[in-house]
Amino acid sequence: MRKVSRLSRFNIASLALGLAFLYLPILILVLYSFNASRLVTVWGGWSLRWYREFFKDRAMIEAAWMSLRVAVSSATIATLLGTLAAVALSRGERFRGRTLFSGMLYAPLVMPEVITGLSLLLLFVALNAERGFWTVTIAHTTLTMCFVAVVVQSRLGSLDRSLEEAAMDLGCNPVRAFMAVTLPLIAPAIVAGWMLAFTLSLDDLVIASFTTGPGSATLPIRIYSEVRLGVKPEINAICTLVIALIAVVIVIASLASKLSSSQGESAAPL
Amino acid sequence: MAEELPGRDVQADVTGGDALPAAGQPLLRIEGVAKRFGTFRAVDGVSLDIKSGEFFALLGPSGCGKTTLLRMLAGFEAPDEGHILLGGKDIAQALPHERPINMMFQNYALFPHLSVRDNIAFGLKRAGMARAEIATRVAEMVALVKLEGLEKRKPDQLSGGQRQRVALARALARRPQLLLLDEPLAALDKKLRESTQGELMELQRRLGMTFIIVTHDQEEAMTMASRIGVMKAGKLAQVASPRELYEAPRSRWIAEFVGDINLFDGETKLRDGHRLVIGTRDAGALVVAEPREPLGTGKFAVAIRPEKVKLSRRAPVSEAGRETAINLLDGVIADICYLGGTTTYKVKLDSGGMLQASVVNSARLDVDAYSLNQHVVAWFTPDDCVVLPS
Amino acid sequence: MSSRRIFARPARFAAIAPYVWMALFFLVPFAFVLKISLSQTAIAQPPYEPVFDLTAGWEALKAALAALSIDNFRLLGSDDIYVFAYVRSLTVAVTATALLLLFGYPIAYGMARLPKRWQAVAMVLVIVPFWTSFLIRIYAWINILQHDGLLNQILLALHLVSQPVVWLSTDTAMYIGIVYSYLPFMILPLYATLAKMEPALEEAASDLGAPPWHVFWLVTFPLSLPGVGAGVLLCFIPIVGEFVIPDLLAGSNALMIGQTLWLEFFTNKDWPVASAAAIVLLVVLLLPLLLYERLQKRQLEQRR
Repeated sequence: MRKVSRLSRFNIASLALGLAFLYLPILILVLYSFNASRLVTVWGGWSLRWYREFFKDRAMIEAAWMSLRVAVSSATIATLLGTLAAVALSRGERFRGRTLFSGMLYAPLVMPEVITGLSLLLLFVALNAERGFWTVTIAHTTLTMCFVAVVVQSRLGSLDRSLEEAAMDLGCNPVRAFMAVTLPLIAPAIVAGWMLAFTLSLDDLVIASFTTGPGSATLPIRIYSEVRLGVKPEINAICTLVIALIAVVIVIASLASKLSSSQGESAAPL
Repeated sequence: MAEELPGRDVQADVTGGDALPAAGQPLLRIEGVAKRFGTFRAVDGVSLDIKSGEFFALLGPSGCGKTTLLRMLAGFEAPDEGHILLGGKDIAQALPHERPINMMFQNYALFPHLSVRDNIAFGLKRAGMARAEIATRVAEMVALVKLEGLEKRKPDQLSGGQRQRVALARALARRPQLLLLDEPLAALDKKLRESTQGELMELQRRLGMTFIIVTHDQEEAMTMASRIGVMKAGKLAQVASPRELYEAPRSRWIAEFVGDINLFDGETKLRDGHRLVIGTRDAGALVVAEPREPLGTGKFAVAIRPEKVKLSRRAPVSEAGRETAINLLDGVIADICYLGGTTTYKVKLDSGGMLQASVVNSARLDVDAYSLNQHVVAWFTPDDCVVLPS
Repeated sequence: MSSRRIFARPARFAAIAPYVWMALFFLVPFAFVLKISLSQTAIAQPPYEPVFDLTAGWEALKAALAALSIDNFRLLGSDDIYVFAYVRSLTVAVTATALLLLFGYPIAYGMARLPKRWQAVAMVLVIVPFWTSFLIRIYAWINILQHDGLLNQILLALHLVSQPVVWLSTDTAMYIGIVYSYLPFMILPLYATLAKMEPALEEAASDLGAPPWHVFWLVTFPLSLPGVGAGVLLCFIPIVGEFVIPDLLAGSNALMIGQTLWLEFFTNKDWPVASAAAIVLLVVLLLPLLLYERLQKRQLEQRR
């Protein structure tokens, strides 16, 4: 078959090297988190010592808990708002202020985080708001709802409009047609949007640094300040735990989206 | 089957019990309906009556406005002008879910997340029907379209033909007063399409329902519909039975759009009793029957269907000027196209024009066939010709 | 009225909540940045003046307005530190984007040529590292690049070097970090356009006598330009404002603008200058941002 010859040796080599480049550093990090030796680069046998260290580190645990709470609440609010925004953009046709609306939703996707963080902090200071959990949650919601909107909007855009028409033809008013037909069909995209929002929030250092207050550091802020002082094996353990958590979230969410739609094509994880 | 339908009609429940129109009154009356998209007049002043129990086809090339007209009947578009009366009530501005009309979509628009059963039950649930009643009705519909055993499947586990049946059952389940079908067979292959055409007609007769089908396939329209409305550029060009449309097209455009036809531009005309003698540039003088409507002063043409043209090696006896007078044209076979059941010959006439003749291959052996460059006489009677304004 | 319009009315109501949210937490904050960039530093809380006090009446507001000045922007234009930071940011972004294109294209091309089943697998494999934390990925490289890290150990073991090489706090380390972090952003748009391309086009080109290299250069590459554009913008814009990667991997003698902003804000507590720096950064990025937005919109509209 021609298909076989389409894949040249160069293609295979670049794919293999590319994937190795993407995965090796992470694998090495995970491997060293189980290293008994304090020296990061000397293998001292398998051990869970650094995980125990982490669970004894109260400040770290508190930061991790803060990050989790922020990630869950901001992802949930962002999914709600982002889905509404996507519906308005893909089904609202032309309306007043549409250009400004879509501009506000696309800009944060590529806006340097230092700018988003700085501007939100200035707002919170001017409002005299106490900085902590809520300010970080609001900041993360603002950023991640834009990602949710893009993911959901692209699914809505590829949905066959005649399905909604069929629902109306069969006796649904527009709102019920949306609930009965559109919503179940875009559910995988909404789940994917939540996952994306969750991991982006869990990941963010810059915006959280600007918008949080003293005494309520998130996990990335803690990790960052530790990393600046040098490599510590405990950080390897924390990072491995975060990777594991995200992996679990991805697996659960993709299973859920598979169950919710037996459709052949489910939304891409991005 | 029509008798088996129970008296309690969901549709009546849904719509507040609209009475069917009195005998003789049309079920659906479209009055001067127009729809513009920007400056483009998609539908431009269409008026049409549809009787109860009719199988009506809207036929036309793509972009002629037939789908827009259908979507206005379903309620997906609202007309800019005119009225749509269903059983005497104007529904032009009613929303889709408020109309006792259902539609079968071109790509079927089956809900991919629902099973066959739930797809069919979808409209019944909206109507607030009782559970047990829904189950009965769904079973009835499944039997009607012969989908027994597939109730639990999802649409992507069905073949194209099965999906078409689900779409039909779903649209019929609410017992609409009017069923709209938007190119219902376009996605099926040729063999399946032909058998499905038959089934659709059967079903329509049995249920005694009113169907309006939109199609660009004239053969499909001719086969199924009792009346056809041909649309061109947003207007109804002719509304007629299939036979009338084919044998007595109202204009040159319709004659060319429906089936194959030979056309000869007329230059002069002479009355000869109740016959006309028309002088054409390409085929000389042709004797034709007097048209039903008098010809205007504009241009006109003589039209003759290829299968009405006979070919022979020698001229048959003709007595010009008498009732049985026929048109005789000498020519040479210029092209042969063998189609199985028929053969189409292109004859280069001595008078300059080309003439197509379609001959039925009634014998298996080709003793009767003509060969290229053979001299032939083509002939046809005045009654087989139509004079058309161009 | 069409079915689209029937749907449009309730759909517009959906816009209200996100609209208000974005106006409040995206648009309004920019007004603050702009205003504070025109203010003076003060040893106070908040550390700038004038402070607008709407309760103080119209006269006080006018006085406050008069106190605004563009001094901070003059400072940014005259002080070499800031000018260098902008130049360095742009240089780093251009170089890193070029490297990303160079490494990303062959990978995307290889993915697009896989059999259909494997393409989906490859796509997931490329996306998954993107889901793991940004910071963790940089940290993983510190593990490898440090003085007695894995890379130096391997190089020593192979006798390629006689003593450990300094990797951390160099531009090399920073470029490795940037390429590593942004690679999926380059690969995915490239792959999307390459996978959509009709294989018959390449076959037609070779059928017409073009050798493989010409086929690529005359047919494949020009047709993939929309993907190249999307990938380049998607990487270039955030790299210009990048903070974490240069901060952790590059040396501290040449700062990027994101780092300068951070420093002014957190260390020097000079909020007005930091705000002015943010405004200038935004202006620098305005053109690529607009280009990117048009590209995004066109893609979404095409899918309708």
